[in-house]
Amino acid sequence: MRYLPLTEADRGAMLEAIGVASVDALFAEVPPAARLDGLLDLPRAQGEIEVERAIGGMAARNVAAGSAPFFVGAGAYRHHVPAAVDHLIQRGEFLTSYTPYQPEVSQGTLQYLFEFQTQVALLTGMEVANASLYDGATACAEAVMMANRVTGRKRAVLAGALHPHYREVCATYARFVGFELATPGPMPGEDEDLARLVDDGTSCVVVQSPDFWGELRDWSALARMCHDKGALLVVVVTEILSLGLVRPPGEMGADIVAAEGQSLGNALNFGGPYLGLFASRDKFVRHMPGRLVGETVDAEGRRGWALTLSTREQHIRRERATSNICTNSGLCALAFTIHLALLGEAGLVRLARLNHAAAVRLAERVERVHGVRLVNRTFFNELALRLPCPAAAVVEALAARGVLAGVPVSRLYPDRPELADLLLVAATETVTEGDIDRLAAGLAEALS
Amino acid sequence: MTAPRFTKDHEWVRLDGDLVTVGISDYAQSQLGDVVYVKLPEPGRRVERGKEAAVVESVKAASEVYAPVSGEVVEINSALAADPAKVNADAMGEGWFLKVRLADPSELDGLMDEAAYLRFVEEQP
Amino acid sequence: MNDWSRALRVPADGSPALSEATFSGNRGLQIEEKLIFEQDAPGRCGVDLPEPPPFRARLGGLERQGPIGLPGLSEPQVVRHFTRLSQKNYAIDSGLYPLGSCSMKHNPRLNEKLARLPGLADIHPLQPLSTVPGALELIDTLAHWLKTLTGMPAVALSPAAGAHGELCGIMTVRAALEARGDPRRRVLVPESAHGTNPATAAACGYQVDAVPADPRGRVDRAALEAKLGPDVAALMLTNPNTCGLFEGEIIEIAAAVHRAGAFFYCDGANFNAIVGRVRPSDLGIDCMHLNLHKTFSTPHGGGGPGSGPVALAAALAPYAPLPWLVHGAHGIEAIEHKTGPAAAAIGRLKGFHGQMGMFVRALAYMMSHGSDGLRQVAEDAVLNANYLRAALGDNLSVPFPGPCMHEVLFDDRFLKDTGVTTLDFAKALIDEGFHPMTIYFPLIVHGAMLVEPTETESKAGLDEFAAVVKALAAAARAGDTARFRGAPALAPRRRLDETAAARKPVLRWRPAAG
Repeated sequence: MRYLPLTEADRGAMLEAIGVASVDALFAEVPPAARLDGLLDLPRAQGEIEVERAIGGMAARNVAAGSAPFFVGAGAYRHHVPAAVDHLIQRGEFLTSYTPYQPEVSQGTLQYLFEFQTQVALLTGMEVANASLYDGATACAEAVMMANRVTGRKRAVLAGALHPHYREVCATYARFVGFELATPGPMPGEDEDLARLVDDGTSCVVVQSPDFWGELRDWSALARMCHDKGALLVVVVTEILSLGLVRPPGEMGADIVAAEGQSLGNALNFGGPYLGLFASRDKFVRHMPGRLVGETVDAEGRRGWALTLSTREQHIRRERATSNICTNSGLCALAFTIHLALLGEAGLVRLARLNHAAAVRLAERVERVHGVRLVNRTFFNELALRLPCPAAAVVEALAARGVLAGVPVSRLYPDRPELADLLLVAATETVTEGDIDRLAAGLAEALS
Repeated sequence: MTAPRFTKDHEWVRLDGDLVTVGISDYAQSQLGDVVYVKLPEPGRRVERGKEAAVVESVKAASEVYAPVSGEVVEINSALAADPAKVNADAMGEGWFLKVRLADPSELDGLMDEAAYLRFVEEQP
Repeated sequence: MNDWSRALRVPADGSPALSEATFSGNRGLQIEEKLIFEQDAPGRCGVDLPEPPPFRARLGGLERQGPIGLPGLSEPQVVRHFTRLSQKNYAIDSGLYPLGSCSMKHNPRLNEKLARLPGLADIHPLQPLSTVPGALELIDTLAHWLKTLTGMPAVALSPAAGAHGELCGIMTVRAALEARGDPRRRVLVPESAHGTNPATAAACGYQVDAVPADPRGRVDRAALEAKLGPDVAALMLTNPNTCGLFEGEIIEIAAAVHRAGAFFYCDGANFNAIVGRVRPSDLGIDCMHLNLHKTFSTPHGGGGPGSGPVALAAALAPYAPLPWLVHGAHGIEAIEHKTGPAAAAIGRLKGFHGQMGMFVRALAYMMSHGSDGLRQVAEDAVLNANYLRAALGDNLSVPFPGPCMHEVLFDDRFLKDTGVTTLDFAKALIDEGFHPMTIYFPLIVHGAMLVEPTETESKAGLDEFAAVVKALAAAARAGDTARFRGAPALAPRRRLDETAAARKPVLRWRPAAG
């Protein structure tokens, strides 16, 4: 077997050195009732050719985003990742290295994570960022739990316009970790009055920008109202690219930012692995979950980096840790860092403008389709359309014609019939004029 | 200022009128390694003997510091925020943690004097 | 040759000679590389993008007003920057990584190729499921392999890492207990457990009750049974445990836990020792997380991403988090909301479906090995660890009687009175070209050194490692403390000042005040 270096001769010599007759002697502690004598009922070992044929066959049955006009978003976005990114992250020293617990031989990982933390802080307009969490939704739940710790309170308000997966993950954590949520329902196209839900027992209000419907808002006034009551403002960003063009949460009074970084450096991957971004203010740093990389010097006075403030974490604090988190999303963070290093300020701004321009063209085009109404006043690269009939059937019909038209809101809110005619459509830099034409034509046909 | 008395958890107290100054012993700081952060309670808070009053952190460990006496916290050593190394350099003096208004003087009775504490430390494994 | 010999001569104090200082600060292939922020040229860009034709913005006046502060570099500079950074890292591809309970095995490149197939990498979790039947088939196939290997009837695939899987498992336990009107308050955790175990239990609102180990390095069964009671929700056990030992009384322990009405959670980090030779269901386990990034070879990537699916017994399956994949009338279907059979699900633990990229890699790994190969993995992993134990047991100190499973635990008694600590010993290993083993874990022995070679190390590689460790142990006993105190001397950095990093945290680059 190609991944197993030991030969039968090796095994024999090693058993002799150990002083046992067979490897079974090394498993003697296993209770006889639990010993498997034969092989489990699974296929035997296969070479690359067979494995590639089998898994390639599964892959071939899927409609890849690049093979069709593609407008699917709702929290994960299709962007072009420059070729250099994937080559660099596959270098064995990045791909096959471990958590940088021995900093002297992990300076590569530690330096890029320090660069990543800086990039995230700059993008979000915040003071400090961690070295990544699993994804945006779990980062959102961690943000609420951190707000609970900081304020000593146990009730959070989740905006109706927060991504439903994020609301659901928060609800799961609330139930088991032991805090409460106020969850006003989704109100597409309307402004929510969240301030009225804030009182002296509120730890934080969680809003999203652009929100689930794609709408952009200035949260400064809400931030002030929260702070007046001793609560924190948490801002969620599911399309991190928007921060190339839009005012960042840090300039609107956010105390914590929980975001999804998938849009930079990372493919769609059917939902994972993704990249949780987490940023806050310096004064709250000891309450933050996740790993933190800090700058220091070595014994020769040379600048270097190491994991720091580790006493927050589970491997030291155990049951008193800020979070049980151990693993981060390291390689995805590296891809993000490289992509953003290639883009730089000028490239990120231009890429964000391309996205917004594509969405503007999309909006202008589909608004002209009979029966379609645009819900948004504002948007970045995603918008909500109200159709004259259930959106799910329209999406299926268009898929059958080779157009991946977007996400019917009923997929995420099946119990809300009043939302069933809503369709979320995203347009990134990968969308062409021809794609938009085919979408518009397809919608027109499906709605006629 | 009276002579320090010690707890089995390696905290020391010094009595001055009805105020008790609390810190950790020199032995404790040597066991912790470099102190990087001390989490102190808010002045005005009440602490209870035997319950957690502060947390002292080194690079790889965090240890609870238990209140040797009960009472109201009247002052904390805010110099430790900027310079936690004081705990290593002068644990019995400038590395003090907090001052508590002592409610019940009899709580001092069970504590060891310095000689007894040094004997206790020698017996540590 | 005299000049070369002089350069190689070890100075009197015993530390290895350092090369002459260079003008650049670089040392041969080791380059001192600045941060990207220190290489900025305003306006420079490593990606060519067209300028969009004029458009009327619909941002509601919320455009960014000032600069972001990101540096501009060209592609050659970016490639060089990250290439140089990579050269400062140790990696499995470079050498043995003997970290206990991490299973740092070879990461097969076939897995990388298949994960990048457009039909798997370029599909969106919310595109119509009718357009991704192959993705559902892949996930279902992975689930089948995991259920067969564990013997459990159900598996929750969405947790993103081991700790996330632990959270999932304990949440299902709590949901099951609440459903039967018997909430309970305590979770038992061995003192040797990984920190995520008590952290998870505490996060779910349980009081953590630590169970000591016995003199043989197993959990103290009598102490454990004495702690069982009607208020115990679960026992969290790692098997093989963090000392690398199989909990031989695990079936009896499981029975006692069940008699008390509690559930048995198993931390599956060490599954590499028993895969294909033992099924967790046969041990009485009710839920167990697996680390795809340990046993199933998905790459550690410098700290992540991982994947922590949780195998579940029938009593806990109804509470598994969403989404579920089920076999319906029209093939494999996804249940994404709490309806039908998933009405009692605990809800979502993560956005979308789970770590699909890791599922592809793990399935490719499993299919490559097959049932026969996976059983061989466990046997070779256990053989390799015992071979090291035999080679090193007399030079180092072993706290518990053997044999061990896939990892061997040493303590620091062999360093007594040498002035060399476990940390020093680890740092000296770096100079010898090896990543250190896990140190100071588990907490139940003094100065622990936990060594897990994995099955992908050759005998020759193990012999090299053992020879170096023996030489270091002898050097320590001979009083050669300078070698250890000054180590590492040859790595890209000497020992870093972690005290300063924690006292005055500098967690990002900032421009110099102008």
